Amino acid sequence: MFDWLQHFADWLIYAVFGIGAETHLGAALNFFVFDTLKILLLLFLIVFLMGIVNAYFPVERLRNYLSRNKLYGGEHLLAAVFGAVTPFCSCSSVPLFIGFVRGGIPLGVTFSFLITSPLVNEVALAMFLGMFGWKVTVIYAASGIVLGTVGGWVLGKLNLQRYLSDWVKQLWENAQRETDALEADAQTFAQRLPSIARGAWDIVKGVVLYVIIGIGIGAMHGFVPENFFTEYLGGGQWWTVPVAVIVAVPLYANAAGILPVIQVLVAKGVPLGTAIAFMMGTVGLSLPEATLLKKVMTMRLIAIFFGVVTAFIILSGYLFNLVF
Amino acid sequence: MKDIKILGTGCPKCKQTTAAVEETVKKLGIEATIEKVEDIMEIMKYNVLSTPAVVVNGNIVFKGRVPTSSELEAILAN
Repeated sequence: MFDWLQHFADWLIYAVFGIGAETHLGAALNFFVFDTLKILLLLFLIVFLMGIVNAYFPVERLRNYLSRNKLYGGEHLLAAVFGAVTPFCSCSSVPLFIGFVRGGIPLGVTFSFLITSPLVNEVALAMFLGMFGWKVTVIYAASGIVLGTVGGWVLGKLNLQRYLSDWVKQLWENAQRETDALEADAQTFAQRLPSIARGAWDIVKGVVLYVIIGIGIGAMHGFVPENFFTEYLGGGQWWTVPVAVIVAVPLYANAAGILPVIQVLVAKGVPLGTAIAFMMGTVGLSLPEATLLKKVMTMRLIAIFFGVVTAFIILSGYLFNLVF
Repeated sequence: MKDIKILGTGCPKCKQTTAAVEETVKKLGIEATIEKVEDIMEIMKYNVLSTPAVVVNGNIVFKGRVPTSSELEAILAN
């Protein structure tokens, strides 16, 4: 699929710049050009596809469906899958939360959505696909969905309504099932296509610098001694996963910037599970999100929410390390 | 006279939307009041789940995304 890109990178570096394929510099530059273009292309395609899916299944439709139907546990999975394909915007998390509460949707189901939405992130999907191949990508996406499903279910069992902000508690008590949130868009699908494409382009533009810096670091592969990190992080010590996740949570970072670094870490001996757990910690839980959620939850509820998700990310890190 | 409201809690996308609306109104030379609604209680009255949203004369015309300038022109011109 990407042969033509490789030909282009070969041509550019070896023929145009005249840097030999056998030199360190030539190989690094070739890798850099090929990987950067491949990932930006994948990113555009994924975001564009998600945009189309979202035009057909807006989050309002999920909310209305969940408000009308009882699925006896299946709603957690449904909410998590939906969260995975919905591009997360932290600015939408509060209206979304309120909309779900007003529709009488159980808190745990809403949490399933809120956990998965940032965790399975379109930028991360594109970069996993470009760097580690489809197998790792599927495992990453699936584990994000499982984490959201189970995490939301556990949070739902904890009767957390009492820790909502007072005004949200009132909404909770007056919640009505079978009410509708506005679903339709005034625009037809064809009219929306240009704005979906532009949205995808905007996201690519927004992360291009991180991708270049990240892959630039990755391109220096050859310059870092093999197994450099293995001694410290790769020996399978039990504490590496929790330490990686706990370090990651306050380190709110762009998935685009963190993934190439992870690729280097993995290449140099850090277990893939530890690396994925680290990435989930950085993109899945963020302080900006916590600040926004303060409008609808007490600090205590935010702490429980973050605590449960952190615990599950650590757990999935161990699982990954067992699988790989 | 058009009454335009932009619903959003103050994220970058909401600011982009506001800027785009202001630009289109200027370009088309129409008379309009532009108001940014940042209070979450007010936003929820419009029954939207995804912001930014654009409301023209009480009707929601865009939600959950930043409209392109051609989309805005088409909506605001008539």
